[in-house]
Amino acid sequence: MAGPYTLPKLPYAYHALEPSISQEIMELHHSKHHQAYVTNLNKALAASTAALSEGKLHDSAAQLSAIRFNGGGHINHSLFWENLAPASSPDAQTQAAPQLLAAIEATWGGLETFQGHFGAALLGIQGSGWGWLVREASTGQLRIVTLANQEAVVAGGEIPILGVDMWEHAYYLLYKNDKASYVKNIWQVINWRMAEARFVGRREDAFRALKTQAAI
Amino acid sequence: MPIRMPTTSLRTAGQAARGAMGARPARAAGALTFARGKATLPDLSYDYGALEPHISGKIMEIHHKGHHQTYVTSLNNTMEALAEAKQKGDAFQAASLAPALNFHGGGHVNHTLFWENLAPANKDGGGEPEGALKQAIERDFGGFDTLKTQINTALAGIQGSGWAWLAKDKTAGTLQVITRANQDPVTGNYAPLMGIDAWEHAYYLQYQNKKADYFKAIWNVINWKKVAERLDKA
Repeated sequence: MAGPYTLPKLPYAYHALEPSISQEIMELHHSKHHQAYVTNLNKALAASTAALSEGKLHDSAAQLSAIRFNGGGHINHSLFWENLAPASSPDAQTQAAPQLLAAIEATWGGLETFQGHFGAALLGIQGSGWGWLVREASTGQLRIVTLANQEAVVAGGEIPILGVDMWEHAYYLLYKNDKASYVKNIWQVINWRMAEARFVGRREDAFRALKTQAAI
Repeated sequence: MPIRMPTTSLRTAGQAARGAMGARPARAAGALTFARGKATLPDLSYDYGALEPHISGKIMEIHHKGHHQTYVTSLNNTMEALAEAKQKGDAFQAASLAPALNFHGGGHVNHTLFWENLAPANKDGGGEPEGALKQAIERDFGGFDTLKTQINTALAGIQGSGWAWLAKDKTAGTLQVITRANQDPVTGNYAPLMGIDAWEHAYYLQYQNKKADYFKAIWNVINWKKVAERLDKA
């Protein structure tokens, strides 16, 4: 089944994040796991729409769990690929995010302190899930939030600034049960330029990778 | 479930040493074992490589020595913190430990049950249930193939990490297929008979994103004798 949602292309090669994240992980994660979320989202949306057009609210509602899960998977991964960058690129240097860094220092007292708290939140997730640095809609404050499974940062109007995938498929082939090393090493490949753009930008722009062809 | 609790939660090292060397083996098969008042990693009754080619030796080794050990260690840390809270009469601290107790305690219980309901394909693994278990499956599912299909569908439908179980509904007396998220243990009205771990760490090194192949292969190493024993006692 085609569309409406499609797998976004990565802005770097599968091997470009080594040694922090291996080529094999990136390839499976993008071409298999993310693709499955996209495929199953499109299926669930189509089934839901078809049921509604037949006046079957019950059959349409039965698809909501799959839409939420697979839609969340598509949203989360699309945001995630963009907030990673090869360690050698200028985007992966913290100097690329001066305003965000200042806000992090104002909030937590320093980047390393923030990274410690963020890492502890990631390692505290019981099961599959994600950790995010977000900017709250009402106050503009920075917050660390964790979400289970493929729940997405969409409900409260927050702006997702950077997220880390804590599903085992995101790190297991390289790190096995040593997820603490994954949490440590991923800082080498964070795209600070993207984080800065999301921090100072509009919420809609953070989600622009999700636009369907019809909406463009 | 035969969880053996220590008679006292805080023993001295001397008492603990005598206790551990007593008549009861510290790592008795078929039970969640405690030595020195602490949960301990149970030994497997088969080698890490014994479930190949269905589950690789590498997976079994990391799953048992790495993951399960971490649940045991974290459970013991949580129990210590709980003992402190109890000693101080600190209800707030005790309540704050509930999620960790459920997660790490559940992880220890679930994996202990899981190792036991697996067996090498050339020993007790695979084949079909017999006797009273077979009859109960036919009564409640219509047949073994229907049960397998139901469990595989349940496993495939887990959104995130979790487990699928064949369980006995204690009040109804019937067998049911249920799922649990993360490390939530099977408790209350359900008695766990057979569990399958659907966390990615249970299959990823061998099957990667093809989890359906893992769910298909694991039937070759299910220990139906053990499942039948559990039904007898449930």
